[in-house]
Amino acid sequence: MEQALGVHRLQFAFTVTFHYIFPQLTMGLALLLVYLKTKALRTGDEHYNRAARFWARIFGINFALGVVTGIPMEFQFGTNWAEFSKTAGGVIGQTLAMEGIFSFFLESSFLGLFLFGEKRLGRIGHWWAAFLVWLGSWLSGYLIVATDAWMQHPTAYVIGPHGEILLSSFWGLVVNKWAFWQYAHTMVGATQTGCFVMAAVGAFYLLTGRDEAYGRTFVKTGVIVGVIAAFLQLFPTGDVQGKMVTELQPVTLAAMEGLFETQHGAPLAILGQPDVPNRRLDNPLVVPQALSFLTYRKWDANVRGLQSFSQDLWPDRIPLLYFSYHVMVGLGTIFIAVMLVAAFLLWRKKIYGARWILWLLMLSAPLPFIANTAGWMTAELGRQPWLIYGLMRTANGASPRVGAGNVWFTLIGFMGMYGMLAILWLFLVWREIEIGPESRPLDAAGAALIADH
Amino acid sequence: METIWFCLVALMIAVYVLLDGFDLGAGVIHFLVAKTDAERRQVLASIGPVWDGNEVWLIAAGGTLYFAFPALYASSFSGFYLPLIMVLWLLIVRGISIEFRNHIRSAVWDPMFDFLFCASSLLLAVFYGAALGNVVRGVPLDASGYFFEPLWTNFRLGDDTGILDWYTILVGVLALAALMMHGALWVKLKTVGALSDRAANVAGKAWWAVIVLTIPVTAVTFRVQSNVEKSFSRWPWGIVFPLLAIAGMVAVKLYLARKNEWRAFLGSCAYLAGMLTSVVFGVYPMVLPARNPMYALTAENAKAGAYGLKVGLVWWFIGIALATGYFVFVYHSFAGKVDLDGDTHP
Ligand code: HDD
Ligand code: HEM
Ligand code: HEM
Repeated sequence: MEQALGVHRLQFAFTVTFHYIFPQLTMGLALLLVYLKTKALRTGDEHYNRAARFWARIFGINFALGVVTGIPMEFQFGTNWAEFSKTAGGVIGQTLAMEGIFSFFLESSFLGLFLFGEKRLGRIGHWWAAFLVWLGSWLSGYLIVATDAWMQHPTAYVIGPHGEILLSSFWGLVVNKWAFWQYAHTMVGATQTGCFVMAAVGAFYLLTGRDEAYGRTFVKTGVIVGVIAAFLQLFPTGDVQGKMVTELQPVTLAAMEGLFETQHGAPLAILGQPDVPNRRLDNPLVVPQALSFLTYRKWDANVRGLQSFSQDLWPDRIPLLYFSYHVMVGLGTIFIAVMLVAAFLLWRKKIYGARWILWLLMLSAPLPFIANTAGWMTAELGRQPWLIYGLMRTANGASPRVGAGNVWFTLIGFMGMYGMLAILWLFLVWREIEIGPESRPLDAAGAALIADH
Repeated sequence: METIWFCLVALMIAVYVLLDGFDLGAGVIHFLVAKTDAERRQVLASIGPVWDGNEVWLIAAGGTLYFAFPALYASSFSGFYLPLIMVLWLLIVRGISIEFRNHIRSAVWDPMFDFLFCASSLLLAVFYGAALGNVVRGVPLDASGYFFEPLWTNFRLGDDTGILDWYTILVGVLALAALMMHGALWVKLKTVGALSDRAANVAGKAWWAVIVLTIPVTAVTFRVQSNVEKSFSRWPWGIVFPLLAIAGMVAVKLYLARKNEWRAFLGSCAYLAGMLTSVVFGVYPMVLPARNPMYALTAENAKAGAYGLKVGLVWWFIGIALATGYFVFVYHSFAGKVDLDGDTHP
């Protein structure tokens, strides 16, 4: 079974990473759509309604992919992680079932109305549809993050007679403090994705000299919301998450930072490759004492290194964890810089003519996807070797009867299928961008789109 | 308490089958009833705004099963590993083909997605039926509470069972026929003209297939799963479930002839609900029968902790009341026949 375990992990990691490409954009755009619809309602300017319709089309494509890749996630708890489900299902099943019942019903019902019911609903009604889609998607974000947070920091449980984990307090599960900060940080990350994508499309229109009015709206919206989000990502949300990790998962912190030895006034590694067998960081570039300050707000605080923990408590993929964390934080810093410059130019009314910043915004679109993925990899690899922190090891969570050969078969199947989905997604989104936000004349494609629903 | 949750999960699965059943059925009969591009778009439009919401019933039922009966979720999902993952793939293909077909109009794009839509719906219908067949027949659970079934072994009902044997295939074919009837009645209800007439025709033929298959499947089921007989003799009132199914079939025939589309569709709902509840009633108190009855999973030994089940009841009712509200609102908003030009932004 040792061998199967690795494949189970790979399959789960692959499918969830792929899934998360879509919800982050959905949740980010949902917020920006409410913003555009609010603008339309308050100014009465049809321009904003058309802008919202354009993004709603992209939203629809993206949402469909989020849905079809989300269902396998829920099923895999049972198919691939049966021991885990049997032991902890009574607890995490609660939040998962609530996600379906409270948010997916809401989201899917009102998305249909939002996309195809503008005529039937009227202006105010349509604003409400947009709002409820946003609410549904952000609620589903909370409930899934709360599920993950419970695995990171289990609360509100008792151990039953057969070793199963039983829920002891509903509110303890739902308002876990880890969940609160993890949610805040994750949602800000999703907002950044939405903002960067919107600004990039705007920049593309401005650079190619088409649909310029829309280009301006998109760049402006993306940058205004984006600059706020970029700061919130670091402070307070990222900062508090770091402190929680220090307090509750100190081994994880040491591994994330590549800190092998316990030190007073520990340095913060900016660059360097962890050399695990020799327990050191190769060619490090460090800021002295910074890690102690960031974690404990004291320059000479004592930070525990990996050496001070028994090795069977170390996360098992330290280099990957270390790099994920550094990629996330590095990109986060870059986002702050980019958005700050863009916001400054916007304020000075120079941004639409400054081609270099438009280029920069356009080419940055993939980066928040990378940062979000790296962030999740940090959280999930950092949780190792535990599946439920301190309670159950990953090695004990997999399905006992599902052999490696079968998991390879399904993993390869998922890879092939998801490769096709990725191509379709890029192709269709690109096509919408090409067609552009101007209300299309009812050509063949337009008529077909209407007929869609 | 576990009996309540057992009923609630069964209810959610039944709602899923009734709702997503017509989406699947519409997919299966897609090529049979819709000959032109405009007709195919009507079939898609009849399920377009609702299929995703319908599928959420599967997700919600899965989640509810997960927290109310964790041991059952773990054992059955890992035991049915291969067919379940294939169901996931089929659900992906189906969702994508419904959503993406109409984005581009081209002589290669549409037919490709039409084909994928039809093929994935057809296979899903058969797989769901076969899954039900497996649950009735029982699976090779052992003392650990786990099992693993390959897709097929020798197609016999021995101890060395696979997912597919002659019995489960038979149930799969019945499910296919029943969902074809269900989907055809839905398409008939939502469309007009030649398309609607052809759908009525398909529904009429599927009706005969359902009748012809239901009788042997029922007869064999009593032999395959001895608990069914026990249940019905222990609680004779359970006869209402099969009666509901029979009444549904009669209603379909009757109202199809009288051209009362709504009632015919409701008749088909009654048939599906009646069949499902009969099965569930037949295997109760087991939730997953084993080939060796000693190891069967029951509502009692698969349930979660008492506290969790109690609080779950509170939010479950609130959540389902809200969800029902949305559904009524959405179906109401898109009520009436499909209108190819009416539904979009100004
Ligand atoms: C655009 C995306 C993005 C960006 C720019 C950042 N993060 Fe992040 N981070 C996430 C997206 C994200 C995430 C995907 O949302 C994670 C994964 C799980 C979670 O809680 O949030 C995450 C996790 C996460 C964790 C928890 C790791 C664990 O649980 O073990 C910490 C400590 C930070 N982040 C800290 C930061 C800091 C100090 C940043 C500096 C700017 C930063 N993040 C930028
Ligand atoms: C969308 C963002 C997410 C990403 C990118 C992500 C990534 C990963 C990765 C990379 C692994 C493999 C870890 C390893 O094998 O070492 C993993 C495992 C896992 N994750 Fe996540 N994860 C995400 C969200 C979640 C959420 C929300 C949950 C819980 C509800 C979750 C539950 C799990 C479980 C059960 C495993 C398997 C056991 C394990 O290896 O620890 N993940 N995930
Ligand atoms: C193991 C973890 C996960 C599971 C089991 C899961 C499950 C699902 C399911 C079943 C759907 C389809 C819903 C529908 O049919 O409408 C879905 C979509 C969605 N998921 Fe996930 N998901 C996971 C990870 C995540 C994470 C980490 C987030 C966000 C923080 C997220 C946010 C969403 C959102 C917003 C949607 C709506 C569709 C979309 O946005 O594209 N999910 N998920």
